[in-house]
Amino acid sequence: MIETVTSVKLPVDESLLIQKNRMEPLELTGREKRMTIVTGTHGDELEGQFVCYEVLRRIRENMDCLKGIVDVFPALNPLGIDSITRGIPQFDLDMNRIFPGSQEGVFTEYVAAEVVNDIAGSDLCVDVHASNIYLREMPQIRISENTATKLIPYAKLMNVDFVWVHAAATVLESTLAHSLNMMGVPTLVVEMGVGMRITKEYCYQLVDGIFNVMSELGIWTGEVNPVREPYVSVDEEVGFVNADASGIFVPAVPIWSYVEEGGHIGDILNPLTGLIEHRMEAPCTGTVFTLREYPIVYHGSLIARVLGGVKIC
Amino acid sequence: MLKETIYSLKAPYRDELRISGYRFGQGEKAACIIGSIRGNEVQQLYVCSQLIKALKELEAHGSIVSGKEILVIPSVNHYSMNIGKRFWAVDNTDINRMFPGYDKGETTQRIAAGVFEEAKEYSYGIQFASFYMPGDFVPHVRMMETGYQSASLANLFGLPYVVIRKPRPIDTTTLNYNWQLWETNAFSVYTKETDDIDEISAKQAVSAVLRFLTRMGVIRYNSHSGYIANVILEDELTSVHSDEAGIFHRFKGPGEEVHRGDVIAEVLDPYEGDVISQIIAPTEGIIFFSHKKPLITQRDIVCKIIRRLHE
Ligand SMILES: [Zn+2]
Repeated sequence: MIETVTSVKLPVDESLLIQKNRMEPLELTGREKRMTIVTGTHGDELEGQFVCYEVLRRIRENMDCLKGIVDVFPALNPLGIDSITRGIPQFDLDMNRIFPGSQEGVFTEYVAAEVVNDIAGSDLCVDVHASNIYLREMPQIRISENTATKLIPYAKLMNVDFVWVHAAATVLESTLAHSLNMMGVPTLVVEMGVGMRITKEYCYQLVDGIFNVMSELGIWTGEVNPVREPYVSVDEEVGFVNADASGIFVPAVPIWSYVEEGGHIGDILNPLTGLIEHRMEAPCTGTVFTLREYPIVYHGSLIARVLGGVKIC
Repeated sequence: MLKETIYSLKAPYRDELRISGYRFGQGEKAACIIGSIRGNEVQQLYVCSQLIKALKELEAHGSIVSGKEILVIPSVNHYSMNIGKRFWAVDNTDINRMFPGYDKGETTQRIAAGVFEEAKEYSYGIQFASFYMPGDFVPHVRMMETGYQSASLANLFGLPYVVIRKPRPIDTTTLNYNWQLWETNAFSVYTKETDDIDEISAKQAVSAVLRFLTRMGVIRYNSHSGYIANVILEDELTSVHSDEAGIFHRFKGPGEEVHRGDVIAEVLDPYEGDVISQIIAPTEGIIFFSHKKPLITQRDIVCKIIRRLHE
């Protein structure tokens, strides 16, 4: 059933609506587990759109296999999605930096608070992100080290290629995932694909993982496709490649390829001179799991991330 | 005065980004002053230009105290200002949320690191800043409550108000916050405007900085003593929200007194022109911050009021 979780009137003849679809068994016992899938906090990240569609499609086709509650929020930032804007239009702060929100704040903070309120009480939440328009990411789950013990067991069920356990940062305390984790709702952040595009194979991969975890939680009794075991890494294993020049980047390897230390990752070109400004090389031997998609780069632009010492592709 | 490029960055096709610093005096790093970090901070740029003009004159008259150095960085993100954007034009990141920066990181982290490398280790750090909510303010000095802040020093600017903000996670990457962590006494000076130039509050800001530098023994300048500031905690301001959306008419602006029950503003139906909501003052006090745009969204903040203490 489609529900409006919260709404706010915009100046002229329009309301901002945060909607979710609640799927529940035909007969409720009152003891159902609840899982929430959210996406669209960043209006330019669209991979989650297909994930939401596909999850709902599979449930609809086998309603008798649904033994718990699944809430799907496809658009936490509807104004952003519908206007191809990463943030909330006319608002300075990234929506994923205002959680848990506030009833006393501006309308965006109010919306954030209402969303958190609604998700509270879920047994698991999956927040699907799609990198940004600059970088492509292999399907991965990112976990802050202070929630690792609790979340890794769930992350392993999700059919992603790897799990990145990263250092905690104060600034990340205002994300939706952090707020929910602090409230006792285990929340997994998925990063996959690239902004403004949908990569169907990644979406199917994640949807298989979502049904696997639903099955483990007793929410789904239908058939589940086999899932892969992710590689679990820590920060020290991740090598960063940042541009050493400004210009036009073209990759020399595809994402998810294995490279040797010093191996050729791509070049930064100068189309005005016809020269290579800089040859970008791998900082360590390993697997490229993040790769620059958008060609214009400045000094410092992230080009790639390499999972050091690991051949998992 | 010594003008130098403190940081530069090549672009694929645009002219190089040059961040300029103006140094006055020589010796101990006394004060660093930073103007515009966001592309729409025109008022902040203007205030800095007026300050540099004043410092040039003071230096010519030998009024910079010997052994004291002042660094002024009037603009960090004119790359965005020149093309009408607020944030870094390539990826829309906010340089003021990248401090202390990282010289091996993303572009805006590198810019922040380049600026911070020059701006740190001064005794006093002053930034002309803008707020994340659009609207206008009573001129004030703002500090983060980091445990290192000193409201009594902020008082020496002689502006009517000093506001102490409890940092939220997102504030930990601002210049002000990081200055304080690196043991610089950091102050953000807010004037009335951001995108437009307001002469009166710009003059007030320049005088406030010159007054502060005089009182800290960095320059010699004859200024009137200014205000004795009221120190306010940001969390104690009363926020007044709009219960409706539409065309916004404001009756009371920053600095104005209100009494409980006064109509501060009204919201009109955008099609039919009828008043659909009157925004009433819930308390007696002075308006500190006020919504300014002609349109308003439901639940937006109409104003923040400094409550009268005797209530
Ligand atoms: Zn995202």
